[in-house]
Amino acid sequence: MKDKVAEIIKKYGGDSSQMVSILQDIQTEYNYLPRAALDKLSKKMDIPQSHVYSMATFFRAFSLEERGRHIVHVCLGTACHVRGADLILESLERRLGVKRGQTTADRGFTLDTVNCMGCCATGPVVKVDEEFFGHMTNDKVEPMINKFKE
Amino acid sequence: MSELVNLTINGNKYSAEKGTMVLQVARDHGINIPTLCDHVDIEPYGACRLCIVEVTRGGRTRIVTSCLYPVEEGLVVQTDSPRIIRNRKMLLDLLLARCSENKVIKELAAEYGVDKPSFREEYWEKHDCIVCGLCVRACEQVVGVSAISLVNRGVSKEPKPPFLEKAKACIGCGSCYYVCPTGAVKMEEKNGVRYIYNWKVEFKLKKCAKCGMYWAPEAQLEYIRKKWNLEPGFFDICPNCR
Amino acid sequence: MASKLKTAKALAALQKKLARERDAGRCRISVCNGTACRPYGSNPVAEAFRAEIEKRGLADQVEFKITGCHGFCERGPIALVEPGNVFYQRIKVSDVPEILDNTVQRKEPIAGLLFRPDTSATSVARQGDLPFYRNQQRIVLGNNTRIDPTSIEDYIAIGGYSALATALFELKPEQVIQMVKESGLRGRGGGGFPTGTKWETCRKAEGDIKYVIVNADEGDPGAYANEGLLTGNPHGVLEGLLIGACAIGAHQGYIYVRNEYPLALKNITLAIEQAEKLGLTGKNILGSGFDFSVRVNRGGGAFVCGESTALMASLEGKPGEPRAKYIHTVERGLWDRPSCLNNVETWANIPLIVNNGAGWFSRIGAPGNSGTKIFSLTGKVNNTGLVEVPLGIKLREIIFDIGGGIRGGKKFKAVQTGGPSGGCLPEKLLDSPVDFDSLIKAGSMMGSGGMIVMDEDNCMVDVARYFLTFLEEESCGKCVPCREGIKRMRQILTDITEGRGRESDLELLTELSAHLKDSALCALGSSAPNPVLTTIQYFRDEYEAHIKDKKCPAGVCKALIRFSIIDEKCPGCGMCVKTCPTQAIIFMGKKKPVVLDQSKCIKCRTCYDICKMGAVSIE
Repeated sequence: MKDKVAEIIKKYGGDSSQMVSILQDIQTEYNYLPRAALDKLSKKMDIPQSHVYSMATFFRAFSLEERGRHIVHVCLGTACHVRGADLILESLERRLGVKRGQTTADRGFTLDTVNCMGCCATGPVVKVDEEFFGHMTNDKVEPMINKFKE
Repeated sequence: MSELVNLTINGNKYSAEKGTMVLQVARDHGINIPTLCDHVDIEPYGACRLCIVEVTRGGRTRIVTSCLYPVEEGLVVQTDSPRIIRNRKMLLDLLLARCSENKVIKELAAEYGVDKPSFREEYWEKHDCIVCGLCVRACEQVVGVSAISLVNRGVSKEPKPPFLEKAKACIGCGSCYYVCPTGAVKMEEKNGVRYIYNWKVEFKLKKCAKCGMYWAPEAQLEYIRKKWNLEPGFFDICPNCR
Repeated sequence: MASKLKTAKALAALQKKLARERDAGRCRISVCNGTACRPYGSNPVAEAFRAEIEKRGLADQVEFKITGCHGFCERGPIALVEPGNVFYQRIKVSDVPEILDNTVQRKEPIAGLLFRPDTSATSVARQGDLPFYRNQQRIVLGNNTRIDPTSIEDYIAIGGYSALATALFELKPEQVIQMVKESGLRGRGGGGFPTGTKWETCRKAEGDIKYVIVNADEGDPGAYANEGLLTGNPHGVLEGLLIGACAIGAHQGYIYVRNEYPLALKNITLAIEQAEKLGLTGKNILGSGFDFSVRVNRGGGAFVCGESTALMASLEGKPGEPRAKYIHTVERGLWDRPSCLNNVETWANIPLIVNNGAGWFSRIGAPGNSGTKIFSLTGKVNNTGLVEVPLGIKLREIIFDIGGGIRGGKKFKAVQTGGPSGGCLPEKLLDSPVDFDSLIKAGSMMGSGGMIVMDEDNCMVDVARYFLTFLEEESCGKCVPCREGIKRMRQILTDITEGRGRESDLELLTELSAHLKDSALCALGSSAPNPVLTTIQYFRDEYEAHIKDKKCPAGVCKALIRFSIIDEKCPGCGMCVKTCPTQAIIFMGKKKPVVLDQSKCIKCRTCYDICKMGAVSIE
């Protein structure tokens, strides 16, 4: 892990102004921000731990907890909202047995929300990993989840 | 380069050095503007909004925080207009709803005629912290160790130690406790140990070799000694005995 | 790919060469693979075209391009075929061979793939004749259909970077600024501040090191106008930025792209790499002596970072907390240096102005509101997508002529513009012109281009609650009015939607609104009241129904509605029984109406949406 973090820091020239990008690369690598990686980051870049922690908690893109193998993003943007996105979210909460922001016990899925992905024409939209599902209705939830269930 | 400018505050004329903040000029002349997140040794932040005033420049009037607005030639300032009072009142209403049992907030709100929040009682909160950021800013700007920071965002924003564990970089100086306007930082000394509960830290206090009094955390003294390259034992005697 | 261009002449020569290669008498097929088309399966369709063309060796007859957004997102996957300007919609992978045959053999367009408004029998073949496109003026977004965004050659072939050459060699920086001033261009990010004036102030500001910044943090939910532009024509934005940098005297630029736009990030990053290789960025651009380098920064999922000072804090590696703007950012911005921040669309207009002249631009649109604006027209309209219209056009025209009216034959109720900083406008304001000042007068604002249409099934109190919930989550938390004030407003609105509203609530909401407008630190807080104020102003009756009668006329607020079965309409098919997540509907046998157990009903609307007989009612 230490080497990976060092590599990422080097990629951005050790520039502390690139903190958001550095944290994003770390999250892409580990699917979340591991404590050990953040400690390493703080030490290597000589940035106070308090600052790293405040950056990690300010930006919603980051998760300090391990996430599921599949990330489900429900769009709650205005266009999707007026087409009933809230009900789709509730449907998913029921199906997965977790509330938004949480991960299923078997670490299979993390349910999260996002405020507009730019596919408003096909709203309500749900994205699972890199795949988009448009014109979502409650009855489409089960087949969508099953596609990713192992 | 001290260029003087003329301005008017509450109908009276004053002159001040260009670039000074309106709040400073007001205070220099005994005009009281309430503040919560302001401190003379710390950079202004503009978070509490209590120091708002109306400024008129070039025919345009707007509301600004006096702690961050620099004076200019011909500026007209109103510190207690009805619009300002209305806004301060609502501000304190909101703060009281957040800190419904905090003595400092209750007194300040009462001064402006706010005895209880305008919102449903079931939503009143019992915080002491108003997220003014003084503790964090003092630790960063004055002490220089940045042991704590403001974490999260929005309604859950709060000063906290990193990862919500014991703040490892803290030297126990207590600056956070001394600058906190509402007493939200809980510090206590017991049996030669200083506790700052918010950051989960405790520090053994140094005992004066002469009078035997506990006078400052050993960690803090060691930090200062190292920073200024002072010889070991420099702080063995307390300031009173020296 | 060609090597570094060392002179403007070299650029012009390359342009001629590339244009010649492309104008080889071939047919052209452009397929949209933008973000909004992806959920429709545009990626497999695009790949199918590519594979089929290769398999049949048609490259000498067909110029094939995978492009960014064409605009008519509702009908994706879409393709544009030249000659003939033929618009194909809802393309399936299985349609690809036929389209190729038909195009290459120059036959009549395939009827089944043409646009057809639902009520009319005649299909329309030419894109320019479609009601959606007819009233638009796609001077900025129109280029999307002509270029592959991952190809700098495509952009140069259509004249790209020639405006940069003009700005570097034929005009002095002051002249460029004068041109922008005379064009009347105003900031397209929402503020509507005169761009030329901003550039001039920045140029004159004290300091040798200056910055130019592209704000691509389009955070308004429901707005993706910037996304379609940045993803579909990244070079168009980059060229504008370069021209601005040259005019202002900045040698370093930043492009701040929202984290939730991975395709835009990918395309702009690639575009910069390509520009660098050709010497269009970097040292001594085209031999002019002007140096410029640009960096892409990703957002971290924070709407507040769309605010200029918060964006700059984030660029400095700090949390996105705004600061007071008593000293403007054009004087002291990023790292306390003069910084000119503009929206993606503002930058994209610059090459057009330089190429066509300030006079040309000022004649488009309306007095004081020159040019066009890209809107993401979404919600309950038939024709959702990205539309580009001259400023001053009426709301009614956009929603009904271009948008094709309300879907499902429902009744229009409101249109929301400007995102969470804007407001909801009712039917009586449909003849308002869409320009910066008229929208502000009505209580809303232009914003970055989100235009969300709502119908009789949307509850305006719920909409206000939605926006405040959004803003509460996105508030940075620094100042008391926003952090505490929005929270209290959201609580009051939730209470109203859940049947706990009180008579005094509207007054309290209005007081809080006035307070936020006066005292909040940044525009997130000070414009947060707009959705509340406009809905109270224009839809007061809905608030009163919720508060006094404890009813939700639109049938949305769960605590105030009840689902029930209309016995006469129910044929007992059992569809609702199968799909009800809580087994609240009991099957009573074929041809007998089902029974709904209210105690188990969670009001999820599944039965209402699935019933083809209209046998479920919401009251």
